[in-house]
Amino acid sequence: MSLKKLLTAALAFFAMQLAEAGVAIEHWVTPAGARVYFVASRVLPMLDVQVDFAAGSMFDPAGKSGLAALTRAALDLGAGSRDESEIAEQLADLGATLAGGADTDRASISLRTLSALDKRGEALDVLRAVLQAPRFDAAIVAREQARTIASLKDAATRPDAIAGKAFWAAMYPKHPYGRQATPESVATLSREDLIAFHARYYNAANATITLVGDLSRAEAEEIAELLAAGLPQGEAAVLPAPPQKVRGSVTKIAHPASQAHVYIGLPAVERGNPDYFPLLVGNYTLGGGGFVSRLMQEVREKRGYAYSVYSYFSPLRQAGPFQIGLQTKGSQARAASRLARDVLEGFLKVGPSEEELAAAKANLSGSFPLRLDSNKKLLDNVAALGFYGLPLDYLEQYQAKVQAVTVDQVKQAFFRHVKPVDLMTVTVAGE
Amino acid sequence: MQQLLPFLLAPWLLTAAHANPFETTLQNGLRIIVKEDHRAPTAVQMVWYRVGSIDEVDGASGVAHVLEHMMFKGTPSVGPGEFNKRVAAAGGKDNAFTSRDYTAYFQQVPKEKLADVMQLEADRMRHLNVDAKEFAQEIKVVMEERRMRTDDAPEAKLFEQMNAVAFQAHPYRRPVIGWMSDLEQMTAADAKAWYDTWYVPNNAYVVISGDVEHAEVFALAEQYYGRLEGRDLPRRKSQIEPQQEGERRITVKAPAELPVLIMGYKAPVLRDVEKESEPYALEMLASVLDGHDAARFNKKLVREDKVALEIGIEYEATARGPGMFYFSGTPSEGHTVADLEAAIRAEIARVQKEGISEAELKRARAQLVASQVYKLDSMFGQAMEIGQTESAGISYRQIERMLDKLQKVTAAEVQAAARKYFTDDRLTVGSLDPQPLDSKPRRSAFATRH
Repeated sequence: MSLKKLLTAALAFFAMQLAEAGVAIEHWVTPAGARVYFVASRVLPMLDVQVDFAAGSMFDPAGKSGLAALTRAALDLGAGSRDESEIAEQLADLGATLAGGADTDRASISLRTLSALDKRGEALDVLRAVLQAPRFDAAIVAREQARTIASLKDAATRPDAIAGKAFWAAMYPKHPYGRQATPESVATLSREDLIAFHARYYNAANATITLVGDLSRAEAEEIAELLAAGLPQGEAAVLPAPPQKVRGSVTKIAHPASQAHVYIGLPAVERGNPDYFPLLVGNYTLGGGGFVSRLMQEVREKRGYAYSVYSYFSPLRQAGPFQIGLQTKGSQARAASRLARDVLEGFLKVGPSEEELAAAKANLSGSFPLRLDSNKKLLDNVAALGFYGLPLDYLEQYQAKVQAVTVDQVKQAFFRHVKPVDLMTVTVAGE
Repeated sequence: MQQLLPFLLAPWLLTAAHANPFETTLQNGLRIIVKEDHRAPTAVQMVWYRVGSIDEVDGASGVAHVLEHMMFKGTPSVGPGEFNKRVAAAGGKDNAFTSRDYTAYFQQVPKEKLADVMQLEADRMRHLNVDAKEFAQEIKVVMEERRMRTDDAPEAKLFEQMNAVAFQAHPYRRPVIGWMSDLEQMTAADAKAWYDTWYVPNNAYVVISGDVEHAEVFALAEQYYGRLEGRDLPRRKSQIEPQQEGERRITVKAPAELPVLIMGYKAPVLRDVEKESEPYALEMLASVLDGHDAARFNKKLVREDKVALEIGIEYEATARGPGMFYFSGTPSEGHTVADLEAAIRAEIARVQKEGISEAELKRARAQLVASQVYKLDSMFGQAMEIGQTESAGISYRQIERMLDKLQKVTAAEVQAAARKYFTDDRLTVGSLDPQPLDSKPRRSAFATRH
């Protein structure tokens, strides 16, 4: 389960980088120390609130992998005076929903509610209780623990999950990003672990609050303070040492599935790295541009090897992966994998052509308005921008930064971050 | 039907609701439906063809979906792969989907590029090249897609085989992606024949949502689509599934850790928005049992009794063919699929015997009202809703009325529908029997109770 979440998270980060300019983001810090980001959007009578904490799986203590995820999972299953049924019933009656989860970096909880005062007041009261006074009832923790263990065991039978897990372990052998929850590690967790993890990381200094919707600035301030004021006093999370460079490797894992799953990649860049825009624009040509990318052309269109083949950079708090992925029938796994590497190495040598670069810019910059045409997309983008402390004008600068990229910058950025000798290849396939 | 928009419940939108969406029909029979939404400078175009796997015949299953892939392979004026390139260059994204009842194509673009993608869709509506070489590559891609989505996905495989047992005569028994042997034998000529038969303006409708003016869109539609010729369609023979006369069971073995149970009851779908009431009652029942975290299934079977790791309901109240009401779930550690089936049956019996409460109905209505507002957040979702409703032969104009009827469902109607349709003679049960990846022993999915 955690692995699926990881992969989903990686894709979400990718989507997030394709954002739009011209969004009026208001920013302030509450007296308790939480950073707040607010976008008024008053056309629809609804409100989205997301609270992010630096409380993802990278902060799992050694031997306790899965703690961040379990803490987040149990957060809204009973809080303050409400048990889990009361929370669920009250939200259902209001037509409100809580969502969110934990990835490598973040634990998130988001609320969607109608903005009418009688609805939003109650819904925010539930959110406040969940953030500030989760119960972590022993019976519920035990039940969620059992469900998590079952999901992990199930994931261990699925080739995509097996490949993903092995890939991250290979990329980050001595870093928390490479450690993943196992049935055994989750079995060791106790209610006390959850309480301690919550007390350490779910504090105001470690929080960003994002509000998008039908609110005035004054109302947004009031809500943010309400949410932040009752959080524990505490300190921002302390990051581990950055991942070390490791030499490339090849891992093969046997599996009876009809398709082989192939992952190729390495740890590349962190959020805010100046090489990011050249990598983003370059990768559009390589494997990020959907049907028009080189990988798609060679692997799918010309040879029919795969339904899906892609590449992306997923910048995280610390160097996140560059990844190529494909699935193909077992008998052609070697050929497809070789081909993907050849396409990558060809790209590393010469970079995109001027024509390809122009096409990449046209799409990445032209598709701008599509990235923010709903409150949900706004929330995702602004919350990520806030969590990672990117400049407030990041979205406004986006198109200009894309447009400024040159072929030479792409080549140099790829040269710095994607060295063929460092690539990990993981194949899960039949013998 | 949970996806429908009750403008009547959102008075702040009332003015817009009466005029919007707008519709016109071209001389060639193509309908254009425009939903204006001026929140952001983007537009969605969807072209829906009234043809899906329901229209296929034995030996050529999957051809509707294969043709969907071939639609990106070029026309005399737009080369292979060029469609995607042009949409990308316009800063847009595009894709397509095939279902049992329809095949649809969409592009999301900055609004000033709408005319470009309308021109592209119009071109391939009547001028597609179905090249044998392109076909030979693309059919391999579709086979990989089948391996990925079905052959290596235990739950999907179970669902596919369970449907093949639940329906014996009706085309819904065939998987949308097609049986592998049919894909292996398919030729470019099969795809071409499909295109020539079904891809005509009078078998399609275009839904456009976003920051557009309907009059301008109508003019563009006339310009690009108007010149295409319509053609008579073959008569569609109604295919009636013979009455099921007893419970059916199927087991599928596949490498996995967790067992899966699917129980499907033959159930009605909406044909007449005004006269019928049962599909609305079943829709509300689905919400009461599974519509939110506080719903009966999650509360009772997952949280209290802990017999299910997860559990859910699928019921589509609109479709061209016959309906099914599906219960599916995974038993938790220490429980078997038999335990889970017994627990689901007990919950069904409870509804049949005791009905549901007013409080539960009220909650389901509150969910419905809120979801209508949230739905307006997505332009894509708004176009989808119109397109899907139309695909089942129901006008988007009746969406409002359907929501009205949904709101008025009574507890007695829910109980009566549960009594009538959840009977063993309408039931097909599918179980996934998980197989180990290696020779290690594992718990059996089918052991008697511990």
